[in-house]
Amino acid sequence: MHKDHDINVHEVTRVEGHGNIVINVRKGRVEELRLEIIESPRFFEAMLRGRRYDEAQHIMSRICGICAVSHTSASVKAVESATGMRISKRARLLRELAFCGETLQSHILHLYFLVLPDFFSVGSIVPLIKSHPEIARMGLGLKKLANEICRIVGGRHVHPISIFPGGVVHVPKPRELKDLKKALTGSFERLEKTIELFEGFEVPDFEGSREFISLRAAKGYPFYEGDPFSSMDASIGQESYTKRIKEYTVPHSTAKHARTSHGTFMVGALARFNNNHRRLHPRARKAAKRLLLKPGCSNPFMNNQAQLVECIHLTEEAISLVDRLLEVGLAAERPARPRRFGRGIGLVEAPRGTLYHEYRINRDGLIEEVNCIIPTAQNLRSIERDLGEFVVTILDRPRDEITRSVESLVRAYDPCISCSTHIMDVKFV
Amino acid sequence: MIPTVKKPRLAFFSFTCCEGCQLMVLNCEDEFPDLVKLVDIVNFREAMSEKSDDYDVAFVEGSISRREEIKKLKEIRKRASTVIALGACSSTGGLNCLRNRFPVEEAKRIVYGKDAAVRKIKDTIRARPIDSIIEVDHYIHGCPITKEEFLSTLKALLLGKAPEVPNHPVCVDCKMAGNICVFERGATCMGPVTRAGCNAICITYGSICWGCRGTVDNPNMDAHEETLRRYGLTADSVTRSLDLYGGCTVRKKTGRGD
Repeated sequence: MHKDHDINVHEVTRVEGHGNIVINVRKGRVEELRLEIIESPRFFEAMLRGRRYDEAQHIMSRICGICAVSHTSASVKAVESATGMRISKRARLLRELAFCGETLQSHILHLYFLVLPDFFSVGSIVPLIKSHPEIARMGLGLKKLANEICRIVGGRHVHPISIFPGGVVHVPKPRELKDLKKALTGSFERLEKTIELFEGFEVPDFEGSREFISLRAAKGYPFYEGDPFSSMDASIGQESYTKRIKEYTVPHSTAKHARTSHGTFMVGALARFNNNHRRLHPRARKAAKRLLLKPGCSNPFMNNQAQLVECIHLTEEAISLVDRLLEVGLAAERPARPRRFGRGIGLVEAPRGTLYHEYRINRDGLIEEVNCIIPTAQNLRSIERDLGEFVVTILDRPRDEITRSVESLVRAYDPCISCSTHIMDVKFV
Repeated sequence: MIPTVKKPRLAFFSFTCCEGCQLMVLNCEDEFPDLVKLVDIVNFREAMSEKSDDYDVAFVEGSISRREEIKKLKEIRKRASTVIALGACSSTGGLNCLRNRFPVEEAKRIVYGKDAAVRKIKDTIRARPIDSIIEVDHYIHGCPITKEEFLSTLKALLLGKAPEVPNHPVCVDCKMAGNICVFERGATCMGPVTRAGCNAICITYGSICWGCRGTVDNPNMDAHEETLRRYGLTADSVTRSLDLYGGCTVRKKTGRGD
């Protein structure tokens, strides 16, 4: 009854980085399934070796253009914990504001440029500029505002400048922040319309139970700060992260895969939502209800909706950060100096999930050892498992539709393939 | 009647890099709706599903670091009438050349351990700029590029002019931006020898010039080293600052081997 299928998507489009999907189905059974990661490795571990501690954030930012604020922040946090530097309240608030900008920009880019074309059955946002100019303009406007947050704090979104070990080396002017607040308040209208838009799109009915891992903070929704938390085991200490998350290599990928003792797990917006939904701003919780996103949701396609809910939360958060910054004052400051050199960990929630940097710095302030765990590498096993389970539910459909559907499943994870291949520090025993 | 001119067909390709320069192109939010009236974007994997091998202008981002990439790059050169290096990784090799401090086999061992024999990693060669493989018509330098540089290059091409690449050091822009000299703050700066184009943005935002646009065509290296020494910096920190973005090019230009 079942048809045979050879699905071979060479270089999945509208994702960050290079990957292929290979699925062979014989008599309704999946015989072969791979998400091949063909991105060139970058050797960041070798690049950072022997470099000075205050060059690390500049170098590691270059792992990824989209999540540069996250890599920069994880890097300075690792250096600060290795050197005993303490940063000011102002510096922390500014970094958190940059995080709001980056995650908003990354989510909006994903939802409007990468996901939305699927719902309109077009290949990119370009045809939408003509056919649905209102919608295209909404996406472009929201993205521009997110970039503006990063520009005000860090100079630019791609490879932020002002975030340094020990603090920040630039503070915005009060005027800039006040204008930003006005623009952010005005952006809710477009965000509400975006919710309306996504309410109208059908989400494939597909569930697969799994562990969700994200940070969880003492208060607030986690981005810049928090400790790792699992939906199955509750809290995981920072020091235990590499013990819980076991990375391994597979022959068809230049990025590692990862598992925990429970098997497959997922990181990213959906994981953060499931582990921290009570910490969301009421307006964001309302948005979740409208988008039919419920706590404990295990449909990976709903990662898109979780991102949109986070956009509402982050806009509220950015406004409140501006208020707190204006209260603390915007006097220029000099970054703290190292008190010692040693080993340190930096953990943040990048747009795509938990990001881990760990460095060992020698007594001359030079970096000797690097270990990074990248969100997308942690999701690859989950994506592959879902592809296998999902494809058998849609085998009766035309081949083109199957191909499109599996591509949109990969896309829902919002993989950042260049990130995931940039560090491979396999150590075999 | 005004003759209809065929819209130029643009393609974007990405090799070993962070894709941040493509992202800077996507950051032209205000210009985007007008842009697509003037050009046809026919290949942009990060943002669109359609792919075409028929294009006029190819923007190439990223360094070449695998044999497989050499093949693809030569193919692009054959198809495009104009090839533009987009960003530092492509134009000078950029930060990727940092790993060339180690022989390829050692870099693989540092990163991959015993797994260095995997087929996909075996293919790895020393990181290099694209003009070490093919002829490049124009350069947009920077890590990342600025969207203004991208737009002005595109504008020049549409007008049939050669795009201009700044050939003065960052110090000139930095003075115009009204910044206090980084050396006066007691830090090292690559501004005196680095190609401008960035409006000295890193110094304006409190940092130093890291040298991402590579050196100007005739950098006065001796004077720069002298400056660095005058401010009490060691030979090691001089080499270090030159190495960050100059791994593939500065050494060649100044006869420091490689």
